[in-house]
Amino acid sequence: MIKVYASSVIDAPADSVWARIRDFNGLPAWTPFVAESRIEGGQPADRIGCVRNFRLKDGGLIREQLLTLSDYDYQCSYSILESPMGVDNYVATLKLTPVTDGNRTFAEWWAEFDCAPDREGQLSRDIGQGVFQAAFDSLKTLVRR
Amino acid sequence: MIRVTRSAIIDAPIERVWAILRDFNSHTAWHPVVAESAIENDEPSDQVGCVRNFTLKDGNHIREQLLALSDNDYVSTYCILDATLPMQRYVATVQLKRVTDSDRTFWHWQSTFDAPRGREQEFADLVGKGVYEGGFEGLRAFLRRRPGAPALAGGMARTVAGGTMATQGIVASRFGGPEVLEARPLEARAPGQGEVRVRHTAIGVNYIDVYVRKGEARLIEPPAPLGMEAAGTVVDVGDGVAHLLPGDRVAYACAPPGAYVGVRTLPASQVIVLPDDVDDETAAALMLKGMTSEYLLHRTHQMRRGETVLVHAAAGGVGLLLCQWAKALGARVIGTVSTDDKARAARAAGCDAVIVGRDYRFAAAVHDASGGRGADVIYDGLGQAAARENLEALAMCGHWVCYGQASGPVDRLSVESLGQKSATFSSPVLFHYTAERAVLTEMAGRTFEALRQGTIRLDIRHRYPLTAAAQAHRELEGRSTIGPLILLP
Repeated sequence: MIKVYASSVIDAPADSVWARIRDFNGLPAWTPFVAESRIEGGQPADRIGCVRNFRLKDGGLIREQLLTLSDYDYQCSYSILESPMGVDNYVATLKLTPVTDGNRTFAEWWAEFDCAPDREGQLSRDIGQGVFQAAFDSLKTLVRR
Repeated sequence: MIRVTRSAIIDAPIERVWAILRDFNSHTAWHPVVAESAIENDEPSDQVGCVRNFTLKDGNHIREQLLALSDNDYVSTYCILDATLPMQRYVATVQLKRVTDSDRTFWHWQSTFDAPRGREQEFADLVGKGVYEGGFEGLRAFLRRRPGAPALAGGMARTVAGGTMATQGIVASRFGGPEVLEARPLEARAPGQGEVRVRHTAIGVNYIDVYVRKGEARLIEPPAPLGMEAAGTVVDVGDGVAHLLPGDRVAYACAPPGAYVGVRTLPASQVIVLPDDVDDETAAALMLKGMTSEYLLHRTHQMRRGETVLVHAAAGGVGLLLCQWAKALGARVIGTVSTDDKARAARAAGCDAVIVGRDYRFAAAVHDASGGRGADVIYDGLGQAAARENLEALAMCGHWVCYGQASGPVDRLSVESLGQKSATFSSPVLFHYTAERAVLTEMAGRTFEALRQGTIRLDIRHRYPLTAAAQAHRELEGRSTIGPLILLP
């Protein structure tokens, strides 16, 4: 089991950042790498257990299931059901915490998963930098507008 | 119940912020409302359960107890035991998190407590604004005052910003006898990335220094200073060094040589912070020899109760430690020494039998002293001159550990000769064991603990001024010293 962790400071209040990211079907609106997304079976996107089925801009298809959604803790966790990444037991959590000093947001995103030992380094970079940090960077640009 | 939460981003790496906040008594140094503070009963300020007893600048008096501390999660939890303020059931948690994309720190500070009815807001503000927000600003100001150097209570080292420091050292002007050692003015450059600059207070002398001086161990190109271990105080640290702060008392044992100097710049990864109960002279005498004993008894060979161990040079720096420690582990210890004086020292260190002689003839005596069995383990710092006798002295399936070569390197050791006893030959080097920092800290920690428990004792009988290093070498090579030698800059 390996763990990837990324964190950042977003220059906006936590409730407004949360409003942008709480939609489990909303990845195309705020991440740079998702082309389109739908929730399977026409379920609401905040129903625990719902599955988002999305296509990356590079063509890859991913299915992820919502495990936790907390408007109280600004926290969302999900698992991967299917993906081309070659990971098992993948569970990720995205969490916001208000920074009272300056009314900003501390954003954390981490994932734990299993994979072939020789792919650990590459996958850690792909997920930590290519997914989590890239999404944070995109979010920082969005809140500045 | 009142809940107060405040959080802030601090423009410093988490290691630097945590080094300050993990010290439960550091708040006098950085918090603007704290006047005086002391940990009760002289307990360490990172001991869970310790109590800080402090006064605020407004005259109030508070006692707080540390309930939890985690270097893994960067969390500190504490409660108020009693206070002149009417607050009840106050429990607070400080948590730090790393901001990975900018090497800053997220600091979360939260508490719950009760206050008199009608005064809830007053106390929520007192805690949230006065203590937490005031604390954020106080720590920021503290970090600005000491950029990269948040030294805390205790002798503050002066931080030398950049620049080279003049110092003096003992260099081997060429390979040769003790006469090649010369005092020369030297410079200690400002620490670069991953480096630390240390002002030495005591320097250990080891037999390896003699090999280096003679050119038998080609670790230097003369002219260059000798020395593999020292203790001292951190002057300043370079970028990327999180575990050391200016003013820290530290010690190290590492290659390459260069410890016979007043001030030295070296890789911080090899330097460890000394516990309060280990003084500088002890550390300088102990680091190399103590960690050598540690790996010889726990790593190269796992000493087991009831084994017979032969320790050569049993009254030497490493020898005395090996005898004491092996005895404590339940071994039967046989030592070899060169004089009757040394025999007394070896017996005092726990040797069950001591063999006195200068002729490298000991195998028969070892068999006599072990009921004919021979030695299960031999710790050999002698080398070539003792090689044949070592093979004879070894028990069946014994382990010959050759960690030194005072009489020259062992050559022409045939595999066949080991096979005759199913013997194992090891040729370990301390610096291979200490190369990994996690192992180094474990080895140093176990060595200090052995000292603390009285398992090993150091009797430093030989102190010399740094400028008298040649005399120290003469006496060490002349086999007239007992136990460790140190140089004092």
